Amino acid sequence: MTPLLEFRNVTKIYTKGLLSRAATTALDNVSLKIEDDQPTILTVAGESGSGKTTLAMLLLGFITPTRGQILYKGKDITKLRGEEKITFRREVQAVFQDPFAVFNPFYTVDHLLTVPIDKFKLARSKSEARDKMEEALRAVGLRPEDVLGRFPHQLSGGQRQRINVARALLLKPRLLVADEPVSMVDASLRATILESLRNLNREYGISIIYITHDLTTAYHVANSIIVLYRGSVMEAGSIDRVIREPQHPYTRLLIDSIPWPDINRKWGQTEIAAREQEHGSIETGCKFTSRCPFAMERCRQAPPPLYQVAPQQVAACYLYEQQPIVERERLSEMLPA
Amino acid sequence: MTNPSPVLRVIDLQVSYYTEAGRALALDRVSLELYPGEKLGMVGESGCGKSTMALAMMRMIKPPGRIEGGKVFVGDTELTALSEAQMRRARLSLISYIPQGAMNSLNPVLRIEAQMRDAIREHQPEMSKAEIQERIYQALESVELRRNVARMYPHELSGGMKQRVCIAIGILLSPKVIIADEPTSALDVVTQRQVMETLDRVQKQLGAAVILIGHDMGLMAQFVDKVAVMYAGKFTEISSVRDMFTNPLHPYARALIESLPTLENKGVFKGIPGLAPSLIRRPPGCAFHPRCAHAMEICKTVTPALERLPGERLVACHLYDREGNLTNAALRMAG
Ligand SMILES: Nc1ncnc2c1ncn2[C@@H]1O[C@H](COP(=O)(O)OP(=O)(O)OP(=O)(O)O)[C@@H](O)[C@H]1O
Ligand SMILES: Nc1ncnc2c1ncn2[C@@H]1O[C@H](COP(=O)(O)OP(=O)(O)OP(=O)(O)O)[C@@H](O)[C@H]1O
Ligand code: SF4
Ligand code: SF4
Ligand SMILES: [Mg+2]
Ligand SMILES: [Mg+2]
Repeated sequence: MTPLLEFRNVTKIYTKGLLSRAATTALDNVSLKIEDDQPTILTVAGESGSGKTTLAMLLLGFITPTRGQILYKGKDITKLRGEEKITFRREVQAVFQDPFAVFNPFYTVDHLLTVPIDKFKLARSKSEARDKMEEALRAVGLRPEDVLGRFPHQLSGGQRQRINVARALLLKPRLLVADEPVSMVDASLRATILESLRNLNREYGISIIYITHDLTTAYHVANSIIVLYRGSVMEAGSIDRVIREPQHPYTRLLIDSIPWPDINRKWGQTEIAAREQEHGSIETGCKFTSRCPFAMERCRQAPPPLYQVAPQQVAACYLYEQQPIVERERLSEMLPA
Repeated sequence: MTNPSPVLRVIDLQVSYYTEAGRALALDRVSLELYPGEKLGMVGESGCGKSTMALAMMRMIKPPGRIEGGKVFVGDTELTALSEAQMRRARLSLISYIPQGAMNSLNPVLRIEAQMRDAIREHQPEMSKAEIQERIYQALESVELRRNVARMYPHELSGGMKQRVCIAIGILLSPKVIIADEPTSALDVVTQRQVMETLDRVQKQLGAAVILIGHDMGLMAQFVDKVAVMYAGKFTEISSVRDMFTNPLHPYARALIESLPTLENKGVFKGIPGLAPSLIRRPPGCAFHPRCAHAMEICKTVTPALERLPGERLVACHLYDREGNLTNAALRMAG
């Protein structure tokens, strides 16, 4: 069966403007599939600048890959035209990081929600439009009578982020890309929003790509995870395996740095070998070499392939070279739905 | 705490925003004490007034906002009694504020040292060039940045490094109180940890008190000594980090703690039902009463005061008497 979405060896290189010399490889040969019949929640994690937002922008067709292809239902998304393009625009929705940036301050919430309804002709009458709007707001735990008619600045950050989610839901997408959708809300609201995302996934069969720094919430909603480091996949697999038994030295550092809200679980048992680097250094081998406490001579020579370290877990690290190699194209087979 | 006198005292601070829809009471007679070396975490729902309180302490509230009452002392200096010119000097040297989203507001076309120099000149115009340069290097080194970062532009730095620069600016004049407003919410956990370790070290060096504002309860658990929970412009509870995480007393604080994800309760979500109250039409009595599972008759009319309970805890809730025991009304409720 044709996957809903497929990344085929996608690389994105930004060649910068006048100021800077170096080009940045923001995403480095990533292959990935989201199956249509197995709705899933996939987390993409990794440090700042590791390529997470780049992946989202590529997937939405906002930027084009430097190498490789992105297919939606088997068709290259850069070649979609007419009806197919409209379908793609409706079926793939995004919720972005900053709720303050998204909204035009002069339009009310009603306007924000009716525009997509009109644009994609989702309702035949005013009352049907109203029903749809209210349904979407309730799905994210908002009372329509509380928020309709208000302007963005009359809403809290958490309400705005939820309206963002509601807007995406209205369109009943097949795939939702959520880039840090709850970064600005407190723990209790986070729980409410993530639960509504998970319900969507279950009730409507919507696949979600959840991009986040917050591995605690990722652990609670997602089925699987991909850990990026400077554009490359370091580790991937079932979320339970990767969070509970991380294998790659970078993932271990990452997991060990999660500030758990538990005063008996001390932060950071692992020493942080090297500090964050300035941008732009180019290396031939494993990108984590300069920070890795286990780095060996060969790590500097060629990037490690993905090794299968458990049935649903791969790590790109020579420490596991006795394990079977998994071709990058087969990454998705290691991710449970 | 063995320290004799508090470094920060906030007494009945009150701020309103005058909006078209009416007066929004964003900070409702809030009081707070902090001792040298103490780290306080300030948490609470988005829009509850955390940044407003920080700005009010700095006397940086802008119209339509207005500070309507209260006093702020740093050591013996009453900030609220200073002239504008005196206050300008107090900022950065007595109390400094690292604003929410600071790292994205660094000027992209100015070198880091130019931005740091401007910050010093704004507050200490008579400082000599050589001394300014020395301060800049010192500040950069104390946040573990190399001196050559001074010559760089913001875009040449990673997110973590930019956040360090903002901390460096905040400590340029060795303040006694540092307020950091969500300093790491845009950073990954490894970088977060490094930045917090730096803040911790810098604070120890200066012997300053730190107020960390944020949503990340994990960060609070790992970093602060005391947690203050704010709701609708008032503190509901201020307790040691251990008491707050193991035995929160105020029902809102408890709901907040219970909503936290842990490794053990995978897939369990416990959000607090209902919405944050409007600051323009605050519910009478305890502002949390419409959402509180323990609300009693008295809660609907009488605003509970922040009382000192045994164990150095401050709690504003009608459930408890001054000994920290459940009141008769509360016991009757519980059946
Ligand atoms: N438009 C652009 N031009 C040049 N370089 C860019 C551009 N957008 C991103 N980059 C660079 O590409 C890399 C990946 O950036 P990206 O925004 O995808 O990271 P991210 O993982 O989303 O980070 P964060 O967690 O900070 O949001 C970074 O080094 C970034 O500086
Ligand atoms: N300039 C302004 N005009 C009108 N209302 C304002 C203004 N600034 C803040 N407010 C209101 O005052 C209240 C407190 O805002 P504040 O920024 O202090 O919240 P916060 O606790 O810092 O929230 P967050 O966690 O989202 O940063 C909010 O309800 C907000 O809408
Ligand atoms: S391949 Fe080498 S440098 Fe890279 S993570 Fe593994 S041990 Fe470390
Ligand atoms: S005062 Fe009453 S309503 Fe407020 S938190 Fe306590 S019990 Fe609940
Ligand atoms: Mg991003
Ligand atoms: Mg704030």
